[in-house]
Amino acid sequence: MSAVDLTQFHKTFFEESREGLDAMEAALLALDSGATDRELVHTIFRAAHSIKGGAATFGFADVAAFTHVAESLLEEVRSERRAVDSGLIEVLLRSVDCMRAMLERSSQGRPVADAESEALRVELVQLVSGEVVAPAVAAASLVAPVSGWNIAFTALPHLLQTGNDPLRLFRELQQLGRLEVVRAFVTDSAPAQLAELDPSQCHLGWELRLHGAVARGDVDAVFDWLDGDCELTITPMVDAAAADAVPQTSDVPVPPAASASRPIRETATASSEGSSIRVGIDKVDALINMMGELVITQSMLSDIGEKFELSQLGRLRDGLVQLERATRELQESVMRIRMLPIASVFNRFPRLVHDLERKLDKRVRLELHGEHTELDKTVLEKIGDPLVHLVRNAIDHGLESPAQRKAAGKPETGTLKLNAYHEGGNIVVQISDDGAGLNHAAIVAKAQQRGLVAAGQELSDAEVAELIFQPGFSTAAQATDLSGRGVGMDVVRRNVRDLGGSVGVRSASGKGSTFTITLPLTLAIIDGLVTAVGSERYIVPLTSIVESLRLRADAVRKIAGGGEVFHFRDEYLPIMRLHRAFACSDAVTDIERGIVVVIEEDGRRVGLLVDDLLGQQQAVVKSLEAHYRRVQGISGATILSDGSVALIVDVGGVVRLGQQRKAA
Amino acid sequence: MAKILAVDDSVSMRGMVAFTLRGAGHEVAEAENGQLALDVARGSSFDLVLADVNMPVMDGIAMVRELRAMDAYKGVPILMLTTESHTEKKMEGKAAGATGWLVKPFDPEQLLATVKRVLG
Repeated sequence: MSAVDLTQFHKTFFEESREGLDAMEAALLALDSGATDRELVHTIFRAAHSIKGGAATFGFADVAAFTHVAESLLEEVRSERRAVDSGLIEVLLRSVDCMRAMLERSSQGRPVADAESEALRVELVQLVSGEVVAPAVAAASLVAPVSGWNIAFTALPHLLQTGNDPLRLFRELQQLGRLEVVRAFVTDSAPAQLAELDPSQCHLGWELRLHGAVARGDVDAVFDWLDGDCELTITPMVDAAAADAVPQTSDVPVPPAASASRPIRETATASSEGSSIRVGIDKVDALINMMGELVITQSMLSDIGEKFELSQLGRLRDGLVQLERATRELQESVMRIRMLPIASVFNRFPRLVHDLERKLDKRVRLELHGEHTELDKTVLEKIGDPLVHLVRNAIDHGLESPAQRKAAGKPETGTLKLNAYHEGGNIVVQISDDGAGLNHAAIVAKAQQRGLVAAGQELSDAEVAELIFQPGFSTAAQATDLSGRGVGMDVVRRNVRDLGGSVGVRSASGKGSTFTITLPLTLAIIDGLVTAVGSERYIVPLTSIVESLRLRADAVRKIAGGGEVFHFRDEYLPIMRLHRAFACSDAVTDIERGIVVVIEEDGRRVGLLVDDLLGQQQAVVKSLEAHYRRVQGISGATILSDGSVALIVDVGGVVRLGQQRKAA
Repeated sequence: MAKILAVDDSVSMRGMVAFTLRGAGHEVAEAENGQLALDVARGSSFDLVLADVNMPVMDGIAMVRELRAMDAYKGVPILMLTTESHTEKKMEGKAAGATGWLVKPFDPEQLLATVKRVLG
């Protein structure tokens, strides 16, 4: 029972353990690519060591047990008793994965060891030469049936210099039983002349008797720090025969019960609840700085307000300009707090590439650029899977085998480049390879086979590239799990679109392909068009608007099922009357008097009928679910400059709804 | 109550040690590796030093050696916090001049008992 609550340190422990595992993985990969730096080995060892120590301290026994074996193996590497080869690195990388999963389960309070971790632990035990898992029977628990101990204790001269003190030992012995000093003596090491006596040297010895049924282990524990600092013999006083018969510990280490019968794949649960964010001190300083300016501006404005005269109009205007600037800068500073470097996502790729090289028998050099480019935390959490998919695709389909590359006159090792940078108000992430490029003939053949294009249809390069993003192009059946293989590029595009971004590809035959993902800086603010529908205000995200137009009544056709369509750039688009969809009573119902806003999602378009366009505004997105409930066709709410609430149109949802009607 | 220097690169371990010791009324200074600990030790005096063995920049054993070379720390108890229960590391620490060790894992009570044991 612990009087100190250690759970407060768990979160820190999990965080630093995750960082330790990342460092381990990076160092293992560096070793694998031929680095020979001893410091890498030390880094790996230290990480395992810290995790083991922390896990044991904070009560995660299964993690500690597993890490202990991994650490033993690493100790052999560190002391150069074991050579580093690719087999060893493989098993250690798997151990890193396993520890990561175990920690993840620990942090969720789930059973930690499973069949997979246990199998790997056994594998590690077998690797470690002569490893005997120490039986968890403390020596102290073996109570010897004795009536006391004879202790002959002679200090070596340097004993005091280690910070130890014979007096302390005696006090400790006294706590175990009655201590009797039989004899104290000066040792031969003492100088003959008193003047030569060095107070930092100890030249004393004692013969002691400790009375009582004291366990040998407890006596040993008193002297355990003095090994090498004294001469010590401890013998039982009586009942010697019985004391000798200390039971041998024959316990066979019992593997922790495999609590889960099937291996479970871990997916990090991205719960925003209680998740923390590390913020650089410079960002916090910037915030405080802005806050200071805001306070000054505020006091200046209230000063003007208290005794306002028309002559102060100029000052008032200046103050408002200042307020606007301070507010904008404060907003930017706050947004920046949520921004994290993309490195945390990029860092996954050395490992992924390493694994794929082996699996697909290819040779790949990975280049990472712009790791310090910062993204909104939410975007960062969701961009990982699409990127993994693109990287996997690039190695699987883009890069050729070493033999093919050689035949094509290229270096056998392919290059995969990941690059992130800012461009305007966006973040651009590029994945480029120097592989074969998109195979137009094969793509067109497959698209025809799947009925996406008609036979004999002429397609431009861009149109062919666009085909791979079409739903139904992928061989895989409807799948949304990006971590699995064989998932279509359409899922990648959908995931990127969900983040308000876009993805495209450029390719040159024989030279390689470049996939470009463009993402908004943040999901929290959108540029929107404010529209009026009756007395309500709806905001349409600017990025999804194609055009706004006024229709003549005769341009609208009724179709079966009561739907309306109109002709727009060679196609018929369904009209979605917002007043009907959201039940607004006093809205314009005559199409000629309203305005149709054409919006697009995934290449599909719908015309929204609204009363009027009121203007453009940046909208801070507030969750509707958090305050009310999910509403179909609405992605959130925002507060307008006049203080009223406007709903933000969920373009994807509305387009799907409109298309269904058209089809119906 | 005593002035104690806690040295560990692990934030959670160092936090736990410092929290426990402060809870018992001790004054605790923290350092995250041996090098930084030496800087702290030079600028102040301590009744006890608790140090992890495996740390980046300067490990615990090198730190003990350096501390023992300083006049002010000749007789000050230094305990190594170590998971390495095998004799080799302990002996290395001893040879460098450590007073003793506390084997990880330890709970707050064990830590306090050991500190009490050294400080008397």
